[in-house]
Amino acid sequence: MQFLTYLVRGISLGSVYALIALGYTMVYGIAKMLNFAHGDVIMVGGYVVFFAFCKNGFNPWISVLIAMGACMLLGITIERVAYKPLRGTPSLAVLITAIGVSYFLQNGAMLLWKSDPKSFSSIVGINGLNLFGGKLQISAETIVTIITSIVIMIVLMWFVKKTKPGHAMQAVSEDRGAAQLMGINVNGIISLTFAIGSALAAIAGALLLSSYPTLMPTTGAMPGIKAFTAAVFGGIGSIPGAFLGGILLGIIENLSKAYISTQLSDAIVFLVLIVILLVRPTGLLGKKTTVKV
Amino acid sequence: MANNKKMKKTTRSNLLMFGFVIVFWAVIQVVSLTGHMTSKLNGLLIPVCAYIIMAISLNLVVGFLGELSLGHAAFMSAGAFAGIFFYTTVGATLPKAAALVISFILGGAAAGLFGILVGVPVLRLSGDYLAIVTLASGEILKNVLSALYIGKDSTGIHFSLKDQFSLGLKPDGKMLIKGAMGIPGIQKFSNFTVGVILILITLAFIVNLKNSRAGRAITAIRDDEIAARATGLNLTHYKLLAFVSAAVFAGIAGVLYALNYSTLVADKFDYNLSINVLVMVVLGGMGNIFGGMIAAILLTILPEMLRGFSQYRMFIYSIVLIVMMLFNQAPALVAWRQRLVSKVKGEDRKAEEKVETADASYFEEMKSKSNEKTGNEESVKEEK
Amino acid sequence: MALLEVTNLGISFGGLQAVAGFDMTIEKGHLYGLIGPNGAGKTTAFNMLTGMYAPSEGNIRLDGVDITGKSPEFICKSGVARTFQNIRLFKAMTVLDNVKVGMHNRVEYNVWHGIFRDRVFREKEHDMNKKAMNLLKVFGLDERAEYAASQLPYGEQRKLEICRALASDPKLLLLDEPAAGMNPNETQELMETVRKVRDDFGIAILLIEHDMKFVMGICEDITVLEYGRIIAHGDAETVSNDPRVIAAYLGGDDD
Repeated sequence: MQFLTYLVRGISLGSVYALIALGYTMVYGIAKMLNFAHGDVIMVGGYVVFFAFCKNGFNPWISVLIAMGACMLLGITIERVAYKPLRGTPSLAVLITAIGVSYFLQNGAMLLWKSDPKSFSSIVGINGLNLFGGKLQISAETIVTIITSIVIMIVLMWFVKKTKPGHAMQAVSEDRGAAQLMGINVNGIISLTFAIGSALAAIAGALLLSSYPTLMPTTGAMPGIKAFTAAVFGGIGSIPGAFLGGILLGIIENLSKAYISTQLSDAIVFLVLIVILLVRPTGLLGKKTTVKV
Repeated sequence: MANNKKMKKTTRSNLLMFGFVIVFWAVIQVVSLTGHMTSKLNGLLIPVCAYIIMAISLNLVVGFLGELSLGHAAFMSAGAFAGIFFYTTVGATLPKAAALVISFILGGAAAGLFGILVGVPVLRLSGDYLAIVTLASGEILKNVLSALYIGKDSTGIHFSLKDQFSLGLKPDGKMLIKGAMGIPGIQKFSNFTVGVILILITLAFIVNLKNSRAGRAITAIRDDEIAARATGLNLTHYKLLAFVSAAVFAGIAGVLYALNYSTLVADKFDYNLSINVLVMVVLGGMGNIFGGMIAAILLTILPEMLRGFSQYRMFIYSIVLIVMMLFNQAPALVAWRQRLVSKVKGEDRKAEEKVETADASYFEEMKSKSNEKTGNEESVKEEK
Repeated sequence: MALLEVTNLGISFGGLQAVAGFDMTIEKGHLYGLIGPNGAGKTTAFNMLTGMYAPSEGNIRLDGVDITGKSPEFICKSGVARTFQNIRLFKAMTVLDNVKVGMHNRVEYNVWHGIFRDRVFREKEHDMNKKAMNLLKVFGLDERAEYAASQLPYGEQRKLEICRALASDPKLLLLDEPAAGMNPNETQELMETVRKVRDDFGIAILLIEHDMKFVMGICEDITVLEYGRIIAHGDAETVSNDPRVIAAYLGGDDD
């Protein structure tokens, strides 16, 4: 029973990673860049929900919607101002800029909202589950997080596979130049991608903070890094891959915390990542392409 | 002949770099001898030296090998722990000079070993994947070191990855490494001259390596792996050479850095530090060792100088970083800058540039033509 | 004994048999051509000969030594050098350094000589510079020694790639479409250079080329590939009159 509790908690944490990783993976797939600042968008989303819901008592749905809107706007602005001018330059240049944006968001948050931790109250208003006569307790946050991430993953896959903008996204991901020649508005598609990724980050922020209620300007950094490894783990660029990678990462982290060592849990997560990449260099569900000679 | 001219040119720019380091040393000496040294600046001298060594060594991987490493701080950490562990234990019984020299050597060796341990499996990967794996290995080392407890008592040395109590030390025991608290009670040693000597050694090693047969192989691999293999270069060998050499110097920098403080904790060497060093390398211009050194100095001193604005300083730093990257790299801005420069320099320069760009577009055209013609042929893309 | 003996070489990717039953014999000091329509498997054959792909079947012998499936590094050291259809130079390096990288396994000294810049280092580097400049002179590139490889005009980049390959002191040189993207004058000049290389260096050359005038003009022995199989083989005269070759190029009515 103990094991099940840890497993469920792992899946819940993994679902948050999955939501963040989905944003990472979409941006990587379409804009071909590592948006290192993605984790910090989560933090911004967290603050927006905090002020709307915890401080001003807005309805939780409305609070999350406001946060999504704010993060979308933020994501699009970041892309337009900092990343777009660098399109076509070496990926390292873009990566460093993204790191700059990450610092900008963290320190901007520090100036605006101070560095003292804020205590977040859960946005989930329902009761948890008590199974097996109270032996297995599943919190409402856990349930909501898991369901939300599954629903979002399915919607996202449907969107990419079945809708017109989704097809355009695939085309831009395959060959940006060709897509442009086919009349696809590449800038628009990239903005859309950032908007979707950032909106997901806002949801992830609200859910993450509902389970782990300490909000600080650096709150997003570590989950961001973990989610990034989750995306790589699952095969970066692949939507189901990001989901799978996130869930597995959450489970591994929680189980190693429970059974091996709290201090070493991160080390174990990263070790598994390295091993996976060495065995399957493109991640679990990534596509393998060989360089043409 | 052209050869001689080239020899002269590289020698001259190398001498300039060494000269710069020596002038830097001399200026600091003058400042401190004339009593103008503030304690704030004095405290920064050793970190500046350590960061310069970090930036020079990372340039070998990022600038010359062309691979992205986000784990350079890990090698610094490995070196610092090995060197300081020796320094505070066995080293305490040795003459100070000997203890220091051995600490530096051990630090470099430990970091080099860790470099081999990480490099052998992961250098098969490249690009973003290599970046994330180096980041991951750095975080692993940080976590393991933070959980490492070592103590000594009359029965011998005890290890644990759990906590202090599971060591089962006798009452006469002494903790040597206290997990997240690290190694306490280091006898501080901060000597700017030693720092500068280490910089000069690093510089000599890496510059000479770069300008030798091995260095050419490393840059050739950066420019085109496939052509490098077809030219008979052993990729694994040279990638590892670059990676491990960089690690060794990072380890030495780690010892230097750690000696400057009374305690050594693993948390200091996290991915943020790796990223900071990477930023120095990129801002200085990848493959430009001199630029990396300048960036290391500025980026270490600048945030401290901005202390007056305390809370604004990292915010300003982030904006400077973004703006610098855009200004240096964005194609539109680069073109605008070139136009500006040619306007200032007059017509001659302009004409030259025109020819260049005409040539360039000619290459592009020809290249795409030949790609088009033959591109589809025999390109076998495996999708699994 | 022939310099290179290839028997029944074949490779498949997934279910696709890209090349099959590829036989070839190359003698020292001769010029060979490998032609065929797009997608016939010419570059794939090159990639197997140079170790880029491991063949699924067959055998390659260089000077009697089996080199089948060996690494590109090993094959280059054994004496097979190549160029690429889409030029692959070390772009950011100087023209001279490109050639010196080519000599990597011919003039050797270890890392420490380089670090300490001792006498061994200076002598070997001097030696290399001299050899490299002589080689560049053959191609009229000596004046460009200090340019970055990417600054050269297209035709000179092709030449430099050949120069780099020659620097590894090969017994056999493989040229993958050396005349691609060149105008008739440049092609004519290149033909002379290729012939000169063969004569001056006394090595065997095998080249892939789409420019028929080029191939027919200098190759003594031509092999024609179609759909991964050899459909004709012989001198220029024989090959250009072979009905299967004509059909392959002009579109036959027999299939």
